[in-house]
Amino acid sequence: MRYSYYPGCTLKTKAKVYEDTTLQTAKALGLEMVEVEEWQCCGALYPLNTEEHFSLLAPVRALSQAKELNHEKMVTLCAGCFNVFKRTNKAMREDGELRRKINDYLEEDYLGEVDVVHYLEVLKKDIGFTAVAEKVKKKLEGRKIAPYYGCLLLKPRNEMDFDDVENPTIFEDFLSALGATAVEYPYKTECCGSYLSMANEEVAETAVGRILKSAYKSGAEAIMVACPLCKYNLEEYQKQLQDVAGENGKMSVLYFTELLAEALDV
Amino acid sequence: MKITTEKINSNLVRDVEEVSGQKVSACFQCGKCTGGCPVVWAMDIFPHQVLRYAQMGLIDELLHSKTLWICASCQTCDSRCPREVDIPKVIEALRLIIMREKGGNYLHPNDLPARVRENAPQQGLVSAFRKYAK
Amino acid sequence: MKRIGVFICWCGSNIAATVDIDKTIAAAKQMPGVVFADHNKYTCSELGQDMVKNAIKEHQLDRVVIGACSPRMHENTFRKTVEAAGLNPYYMEIANIREQCSWVHKDKETATGKAISLVRTAVAKAARNEALFSTEMPIERRALVIGGGIAGIQAALDIAETGFEVDLLEKEPSIGGRMAQLDKTFPTLDCSACILTPKMVDVAQHEKIRLITYSEVEKVEGYVGNFTVTIRNKARSVDMEKCTGCGDCMNKCPQKVSSEFEMGLAERRAIYTPFPQAVPNKPAIDRATCRWFTQEKCRVCEKICPTGAIDYDQVDEFITQRYGAIVVATGFDTHKLDKYGEYAYGKHPDVITSLEMERLFNASGPTGGKLLRPSNGKPPKNVAFIQCVGSRDKAKGNPYCAKICCMYTAKHAILLNEKVPGSKSFVFYIDVRTPGKDYEEFYNRAYEQHNATYIKGNVSKVFPDGDQLVVRSVDALSGALVELVVDMVVLATSVDARSDAKDLAQKLSITTNAHKFFNEAHPKLRPVETQTAGIFLAGVCQGPKDIPETVAQASAAAVKVASLLSKESLKSNPTIAEVDQKRCSGDMSCMAVCPYGAISEKIIEERRGRETVTRKIAEVNTALCQGCGACTVACRPGAINLKGFTNEQILAEVDAICL
Ligand SMILES: Cc1cc2nc3c(=O)[nH]c(=O)nc-3n(C[C@H](O)[C@H](O)[C@H](O)COP(=O)(O)OP(=O)(O)OC[C@H]3O[C@@H](n4cnc5c(N)ncnc54)[C@H](O)[C@@H]3O)c2cc1C
Ligand code: SF4
Ligand code: SF4
Ligand code: SF4
Ligand code: SF4
Repeated sequence: MRYSYYPGCTLKTKAKVYEDTTLQTAKALGLEMVEVEEWQCCGALYPLNTEEHFSLLAPVRALSQAKELNHEKMVTLCAGCFNVFKRTNKAMREDGELRRKINDYLEEDYLGEVDVVHYLEVLKKDIGFTAVAEKVKKKLEGRKIAPYYGCLLLKPRNEMDFDDVENPTIFEDFLSALGATAVEYPYKTECCGSYLSMANEEVAETAVGRILKSAYKSGAEAIMVACPLCKYNLEEYQKQLQDVAGENGKMSVLYFTELLAEALDV
Repeated sequence: MKITTEKINSNLVRDVEEVSGQKVSACFQCGKCTGGCPVVWAMDIFPHQVLRYAQMGLIDELLHSKTLWICASCQTCDSRCPREVDIPKVIEALRLIIMREKGGNYLHPNDLPARVRENAPQQGLVSAFRKYAK
Repeated sequence: MKRIGVFICWCGSNIAATVDIDKTIAAAKQMPGVVFADHNKYTCSELGQDMVKNAIKEHQLDRVVIGACSPRMHENTFRKTVEAAGLNPYYMEIANIREQCSWVHKDKETATGKAISLVRTAVAKAARNEALFSTEMPIERRALVIGGGIAGIQAALDIAETGFEVDLLEKEPSIGGRMAQLDKTFPTLDCSACILTPKMVDVAQHEKIRLITYSEVEKVEGYVGNFTVTIRNKARSVDMEKCTGCGDCMNKCPQKVSSEFEMGLAERRAIYTPFPQAVPNKPAIDRATCRWFTQEKCRVCEKICPTGAIDYDQVDEFITQRYGAIVVATGFDTHKLDKYGEYAYGKHPDVITSLEMERLFNASGPTGGKLLRPSNGKPPKNVAFIQCVGSRDKAKGNPYCAKICCMYTAKHAILLNEKVPGSKSFVFYIDVRTPGKDYEEFYNRAYEQHNATYIKGNVSKVFPDGDQLVVRSVDALSGALVELVVDMVVLATSVDARSDAKDLAQKLSITTNAHKFFNEAHPKLRPVETQTAGIFLAGVCQGPKDIPETVAQASAAAVKVASLLSKESLKSNPTIAEVDQKRCSGDMSCMAVCPYGAISEKIIEERRGRETVTRKIAEVNTALCQGCGACTVACRPGAINLKGFTNEQILAEVDAICL
C-alpha cells in the first residue's frame, strides 16, 4: 500500500523520534510512505475566524502536491497537522466560496480529492488491528499504559470524524493489539493546555497536573500520545506528579509509534 | 456594568458575529461550555458569560478580559454546546478585534523563557504566535 | 357557458393585509365565465356563507370559486354551503390565497399578482367541474387500539363503555406500558401501580374488549369505516388456554436474562412475564435467549408445567380482522445515551437514567424499594440530577423539550429525601418548566421542604473518582464554578418516538414529524385525529406528555371513535379514479403503482369489424380507491382519470397559470 506522507515541521526537528518510528514501522508493515514534495508548514492552527482564509493556502498546496502523487490518501502524524489538514480538506470539499478564493492562487484547482488520514487510521482500517497484532514480535504484555488523546484528533466533533469525542477507543484498541493494557481514567480527553505552555505556563501546568495525577492513580506506568505538543506539555510539568508519586515521581510519555516499533521489534 | 439599549444594539455585536461567523443570540445560557472548560478557573469572564456579555452588548468589557488570552481553543465547549455555538470562534473574534484596535502583539519571542524556546515543539511555538501576535 | 361566481375572502387581515382585494375582484370579473365577483371579511362565517348562498340564487350561479384559506381548512364547509343553495358540492373550487399566497409573501404587489393567478386557475378548473355523487358505505362497528400503555388502556375502556367492541393490541407479553414501570406519580405522588393495575384488570374483564398481546400490526388495508388489519400474533410458546399463570416455569427456568422492565437492573428468566401484576398474567418464552431454542437443550419448563401448557412448536399466527376505526397509542422510548459519553453512563454503575431511578424507588423493583447505589448497595447521601439530557440539544439530541422531566425530577428529589433521611439532591437545570395545575407548587416543595438545591447550569462532564462521582458545572446565577462530589448521578433522559414509528406510520398511511411522532390533523383544532380519516392518536406517540394529558387525549380519541362507529354508514369519497375503456391499453402500469390495491384486471369483449375479440383492461374498485391519483400519472395513454381532478381540469389550470 502506498500513501502520500506529510511529516510537518515538528517531526523533522523536535519530534524526530516520532517520524523515525513511523517510517520504520510502516516499512515493517509493508506500507510505502512517499513524502510530499516542497511542503510548507501547515500553520499549526486552523483559523477560527471568517477572515484568515489565506492561511489555508499552505495546507492546500501540500494537498495538491499529494494529489500529484496519485495516492488516494495522505497520511499525517502530528495531531496539529492532522487537525489542520482534515478541516482544510473538508472546507475545500464543502465551501464553494472558499474553494474559489483559494484556487485563484493555485496552478491547478484542488477540490478535496485527497483523503486526509492519520497513521492510526491506516493501522486500524487499512491494515486492521488484528493483522497488526499478528505482526507483533514482542508483545507488550503487562505494560499498563494510559492512552491520552488530547483535543486535536477528536474535535471539533463534526469536522474531525476520528472517533467518539467523549469516549474514543482507538488508542485502547491499538494498545490491546500490541498486547499492552490500556488503563481507564477520566482525563484521557481533557485538554493539556495546548499552546498555553508558551505564554501562560501556570495555566497549562495545572491542566497537565490533573491528567498526570489521574493517569498515575489509575496505575499507568506511561502515557501514550499522538501529538508532539501534548508530549512536550506532559513531560515539561512532571513535577506536578510529586503530590501523588513522591519527590522523584516520573511518568514517561511515548508516541504510539514508539510502542509500535518496540512491539514489532524494528 | 450597565446594560443599555445602545449597547445591545451596538455595531460591536455585529462585528463579533461577522468575524466569528457565529450568532451569539443562539446561546440559551445553559453553562455547559463553562462547566467543561479545562482552563476556566484562570478566566475572569467564563465562556457562557462571554456569550451573555456579547448578547447584551458588553463588548468593551469582553475586549479587556483575561479570558481572551487564556482560552486554549481546545474546542471542548463547542463539541458539547447544545445550541451549536462555536465559543472559541467568538473568543477568537474578540482577540482579533482587540489586537487590531491596539495593534498589539501580545507575545514577543523575547518573552519566552530560554527553556521553552529551546525545548518546545514548533507546533506549539507557531500556534502561540499565531494566537497572540499579528 | 358556465355562470361562475367568485368570492374573495379577507380572512380579517390575514389575506387583506397582503393581497389587494379590490384589484383581485376587478381581475376576476374579466375571467372567462365569471358573471359575479365579490368579497367578504370572513367567508366562513354565517354571514359570509349566506352571502354565497344568496348570490348563487340571485345570479343563477352554477359554479363557485372561493379565494380563501387552504382547502384543508374549509373545503367541507363551503361544499356544504353550495349544496345548501342547491348546487352539487363538487361545483365549488377553492383558490388558496392564504397559506400559498398572503402568508408566504411580503410584497403586496407580487402577492396580489399571485392571488389573481390562483383565482384564474380555480376559475378555469371550476368551469370544467362535473357533478360528483357519494355512495353510502356500511361501517364495521368495531375498533382497534394499537398499544396497551395507559393511553391505549384508557381509550379501549372508554370505547368499550359506549358499547362497541374493541381489540387492544400490545406487542409485549403484558399491557401496562411505561406507567407500569413508574413508582409514584407527580403531582400527587399516588402510587402508579395502585392507579394503573385496576384499569388493567378492567380491560381484561371487560366483555367488549379482546386483549391481543405479544402481537404486532402486519398490514393495514381499506379506509375509514372499513379497515382490514392483519395482526401477527407472535408465538408465545405457551398455550394461553391451558396456562393458569401459576408461575412455576418462571421459577425453575435456568436461563437468566437482563430484564427490560427493570431497565437492566435485575434479571428475568427466558420464560417470563414482564412484571408480577402482568395482564394477562401468563408467561411467554423469549426465543432469542431460551436454551431450548438456542442450544436445543433444557425443556425444564415443559417438565415443570402442571397443565402441559408449554408448546415449543407454536408458530406465529395471523389474525385478519375488520375495523371501523383505529386508535394508535404506541407511546415512547427513552433517549439513547451513546452520544453523551461526558456523563459516564455505562462507565460507572452509579450513573443511571430516571427510568432506572423509578425502578430503584419501587417496592417491587430490584432493591425492594430501598434506594441503594448500584455500585455498593449503600444508600446515597448526595445525588446529582441532570435535566434535559438529550433534550433541547440540536447538536447531539432532540431539539425539543421533553416536557415531563422537570416534573419527574422534582418528584425524584422529593422521593429521595423521603426515602433516605438526611440525603440531599442537586438538580442541574437549564430552565425549570412546570406549567400545569399544582405543578409549580410541587416543584416549590422540592426545594423548600425536601432539601433539593437547584443549580442553573448544564453539567459538562461527570468524572468517576474511585467510588464517587465528580460533577462539573457552573452556577450561572452566581457566576461560580461548581464541582460537586456525589454518590449518584441521575440523567433525565429525553423522550423519543418509538424506533419503529415510521414503519407503523407507513402501514397506517399516516404521517410523522421530523422526530417520528405521529402527526395530528391540526395542531390546535384536531389534536387527536390524523390526516387519514378513521385513525386517531392517543398518548406520547403523538408528542411528549404526562399521564393526565395522555388520559385526556385517550378519552378524546375514544369519543371520536364512538361518534364514528355510532353512524349507520359513511358517505364515500367520490373523487376516485375512473378508467376510460376505449383508451386503456391494458398494460396495467396503474395496478403496479396503486398503494391501495384498488385496481384489478378485467376482460372485456369488443367488436372489431365483424369479429368479437376479448381484451384486458384495468378496473377500479370504487370501495378501495382512495383518490390518491398515482395511477393517473402512471398511465401512458392517459386512460385513467381522477374524478374532480381530470387531466382536462389539470391542464386547464396549467394553461390558466401560464397565461
Ligand atoms: C422517568 C419517567 C417518570 C415519569 N413520571 C411521571 C409522573 O410521575 N407523572 C406523570 O403524569 N407522568 C410521568 N411520566 C410520563 C408517563 O410515563 C407517560 O405520560 C405515559 O406512560 C404515556 O403513556 P402511553 O400509553 O402514551 O405510552 P407508553 O406507556 O409508552 O405505552 C405504549 C404501549 O404501546 C406498546 N407498543 C409500542 N409500539 C407498539 C406497536 N408497534 N404495536 C403494539 N404495541 C406497541 C408498548 O409496548 C407500550 O405498552 C414519566 C415518564 C418517565 C420516563
Ligand atoms: S454551551 Fe452553548 S448554549 Fe450553553 S451557555 Fe455555552 S454557548 Fe451558550
Ligand atoms: S475552547 Fe477555550 S473556552 Fe472552550 S473549553 Fe477550550 S479553553 Fe475553554
Ligand atoms: S426451555 Fe427455555 S424457557 Fe423453558 S426452562 Fe428452559 S430455558 Fe427456560
Ligand atoms: S421538561 Fe425540563 S428537563 Fe425536560 S427537556 Fe424540558 S426543560 Fe429540560
